[in-house]
Amino acid sequence: MPVSVKEYLRERFMPHLWCPGCGHGIIMNNLVRAIASLGIKKNDIVMVTGIGCSSRISGYLDFHTLHTLHGRALAFATGVKLARPDLTLLVPMGDGDALAIGGNHFIHAARRNIDITAIIMNNNVYGMTGGQFSPLSGYGTLATTAPFGNIYEAFDIVALAKAAGASFVARTTAYHVSSMTEILEKAIKHKGFSVVEILTQCPTYFGRKNQRGDAVEMLNWYKDHTTPIGSGKKEKDATLIERGIFVDEQRPEYCEEYAKVIDRGTKKQEG
Amino acid sequence: MDKKLLFVQGNEVCVEAALYAGLGFFAGYPITPSTEIAELLSMRLPQRGGKFIQMEDEIASMCAIIGASLTGLKSMTATSGPGFSLKQEAIGYAIMAEVPCVVVNVMRSGPSTGMPTKGSQGDVMQARWGTHGDHSIIALTASNHQDLFLITVEAFNLSETYRTPVILLLDEVIGHMREKLIMPQPGEIPLVQRLRTSVKEGTDYHPYLPREDGRLPMSDFGGVHRYNVTGLMHDMWGFPSDNPQVAYGLMRHLVDKIDQHAHVITRTKEFFLDDAETVLISYGSSARSALHVVENRRARGERLGLLELQTLWPFPAKVVRERCSRAKHVLVVEMNMGQILLEVKKTVDDPDKVFLANRIDGTFISPTDIRNVLRVIQSKGI
Repeated sequence: MPVSVKEYLRERFMPHLWCPGCGHGIIMNNLVRAIASLGIKKNDIVMVTGIGCSSRISGYLDFHTLHTLHGRALAFATGVKLARPDLTLLVPMGDGDALAIGGNHFIHAARRNIDITAIIMNNNVYGMTGGQFSPLSGYGTLATTAPFGNIYEAFDIVALAKAAGASFVARTTAYHVSSMTEILEKAIKHKGFSVVEILTQCPTYFGRKNQRGDAVEMLNWYKDHTTPIGSGKKEKDATLIERGIFVDEQRPEYCEEYAKVIDRGTKKQEG
Repeated sequence: MDKKLLFVQGNEVCVEAALYAGLGFFAGYPITPSTEIAELLSMRLPQRGGKFIQMEDEIASMCAIIGASLTGLKSMTATSGPGFSLKQEAIGYAIMAEVPCVVVNVMRSGPSTGMPTKGSQGDVMQARWGTHGDHSIIALTASNHQDLFLITVEAFNLSETYRTPVILLLDEVIGHMREKLIMPQPGEIPLVQRLRTSVKEGTDYHPYLPREDGRLPMSDFGGVHRYNVTGLMHDMWGFPSDNPQVAYGLMRHLVDKIDQHAHVITRTKEFFLDDAETVLISYGSSARSALHVVENRRARGERLGLLELQTLWPFPAKVVRERCSRAKHVLVVEMNMGQILLEVKKTVDDPDKVFLANRIDGTFISPTDIRNVLRVIQSKGI
């Protein structure tokens, strides 16, 4: 289906503030394609974001958009969703936003299995503030706050989301655009808390500090260092990062469960 | 009509009044001494189709009520000292994004964990200046349950009228004390409902363009107008701007909408002030002891009066100045190191005539505590 991406953009804010070569625009493009293909009306979508490069996505898209506080997007989104369960909630976040300052909200939103789609635009760095290490930078990487090498291991977002109870968990990269759209469609359609980690290049800070080359080289890195779940390649090379859908299960969703609470409450009052 | 009489805790009064005002959404986190508010609402809200959620922390509770309020529901959270500290960043967001909501802080002894089950009025200045940056705020309090009901409804009314968070500053004594409440009948207290835009679908709606009267009609999230809400300095469409004119205009609007209406917002109660030589100024539970002293002294013919503040912010400066102008002594009665004392000293013509009767040890301030200070300032010795 041909998609007019422009229909979903607030064009008067173009050009966007993302650096040349940044992967975030690729994600925005694919997200719009996923929404168009699902046929969700713009009036039925609320996009909630926090603070950071990725969080500026809400300013560029023509939905109900709520640009909030660093790390708190999921908490705001939970309020919107519980108040209006009929709306589609999309929450794009950066890796620092979602998993450092917002880590507690992330695991609890997953445990609640509330019908929100969390998209983690993982560029391994705090870009907006100029290149400090994030919880996804990984051991040995360089950052403006790790001049002698980062001594933290990175989170495994997929494992974390699974353990916290998310009922849909997937990973893809900015290189794999066609599967990204497909995964986003499934994540949005899924009833429950969906987590999509998208590896996305930051040539300006993470790339430059860590000699990862330009945007094209970084995208090629995603091609060469990832593999579909269950492929034979992973057995030969354990360092490969798996991509695909890791969890897709139907479990009681929070707002539906709360509707039952209301039922029980009103009945008890009548009785 | 038969009057419904209740014998309840202050926290329960707050719940009843919030429901009366049309509360549709509550998010909270357990903390002493405000927990009863969350407990009661977890039962009462779903019984009327409302939404209650216990969030993972205090910050999330504050964020969740802002999200819910944007969809059109009257929203509230309740907390105490440490939780109030945690909510401050999001309170600033609600100020900046002009989202109506009510934040109850049942004050307890601090700083830090302090004495969780002991009363205090130590968060008065935090209510005013807790969040970063210049701003105005509305903070209300009450000294008895009947007033508390009215003031809680008023908190919702003001939050809708001025599109701002309103802080309801109770204290542990009021929150946990039981006394009589005559339940107001439906319709008895006027309610301010959300002002919604009349702009039709397909026509430009400016969420941050004030009408001539300064009010900003809202459009529910999920409705027919799509717009942006942000904590960044923003233009009339809600989009980020660092244009100095836009920033200046928004700052003035945020501050002026409250400060310029201080005369309508502020509420005080006056007892025996007309010929008072000694004016007591108090609020919340402390005002109960202050009133007791004033009534006893009046019975003995002494010219004492009480000015009870129900609005703490914006500070009722005009009333305080007028009512203290003829007094020989002014005695501020509060359970902190003198937070309202500072405001009173700033306000009156002669700050040297203003004294403090306080308690900071978690013990409720008694009439004796006040009498002891009165004796000193009236030069009778201790």
